[in-house]
Amino acid sequence: MSAKKITMRVTRYRPEQEDAPTEQAYELEFPDDWVVLDALNYIKDDVDGTLTFRWSCRMGICGSCGMMVNGEPKLTCAAFLRDYYPAEIRVEPLQYFPIIRDLVIDMTDFLHKLKAITPWIVRDEEKPLAEGEYLQTPAQLADYKQFSMCINCMLCYSACPVYGHEPEFIGPAAIALAHRYNLDSRDEGQEARQQVIASSEGIWDCTLVGECTEVCPKRVDPAMAIQRTKVATTTEWAKSMLMPWGKQ
Amino acid sequence: MYEVNKTEPFWWGLFSLGGVVAALFVPIHIIMVGFLSAEAVGYHQMVALVGNPLIKLYLFTLVSLPLFHAAHRLRFALKDLGLKVAGGLLGVFLYGGAVFGTMVAAYIVATLP
Repeated sequence: MSAKKITMRVTRYRPEQEDAPTEQAYELEFPDDWVVLDALNYIKDDVDGTLTFRWSCRMGICGSCGMMVNGEPKLTCAAFLRDYYPAEIRVEPLQYFPIIRDLVIDMTDFLHKLKAITPWIVRDEEKPLAEGEYLQTPAQLADYKQFSMCINCMLCYSACPVYGHEPEFIGPAAIALAHRYNLDSRDEGQEARQQVIASSEGIWDCTLVGECTEVCPKRVDPAMAIQRTKVATTTEWAKSMLMPWGKQ
Repeated sequence: MYEVNKTEPFWWGLFSLGGVVAALFVPIHIIMVGFLSAEAVGYHQMVALVGNPLIKLYLFTLVSLPLFHAAHRLRFALKDLGLKVAGGLLGVFLYGGAVFGTMVAAYIVATLP
């Protein structure tokens, strides 16, 4: 195993000793199968135990290790060092989020938005347990399955220039998840969600840049979810204008 | 806390319709008028054509809807560049331009022979 050498420039921010984030360079040897997260763990274990970052599964399922790698939002468990070698690698916390420490961002804003779209199955009336499960055909599952693959890694927020300019934007992942529940045949919560996603901070804030879909590690396509919701909302709006007696 | 926006569907609807017209009918129109033989689209044929109310409606739509498409796209492009204009002043200016262009188109189409 021939080891190559690479330099990683990592954002450091220790609020108790500095006012603004700085950068620290680490030079390390790496085997061919290392990803950025492996390198960060190597630094933490063997070089500098104070480096702080989030991670858990190492296999693109937990959504914790999202960072900016050379300016691009990436899951660091899926970003191979060999793809960047021999250039340097810049590792920064996800952009547009407040930094808590080093590579750890504050996700409170995202969690509020996630909760606002009621991301669970809503029933007007729950049927008694004795009546069994809510059944679904494979076709009904296929309708929303793609949008249920989101792992809340927030890469799409870091990729979205609208979120960068207007932090009140509900954002790609939350809208895609609202779309997922709206498409679910078992769900009856569309109206409550519509209040949130059809607001100025919801779908109408999106300028169809499409970067959310580009960076999504799970191929969720939030951009499509947003555009579909725009079409549906506009159609409903036009119907209510043409036939005001039709609704309610 | 969140309120349904009741004006955006209107502008987005026009943007969407304008996109269809701009992408589909404008190129067809350019090919027909610009590249067909001069005899097929001579002055007298054209005058006879625009006398038809349906052709008038077509010309009006062909001009008006893409203006709204352009206004909306421009507004969003400027927003992506980070331009924040308070109170929707940018919208008033851009959509106002499209409304003005629509009125001019309506006037010209209506006064055609």
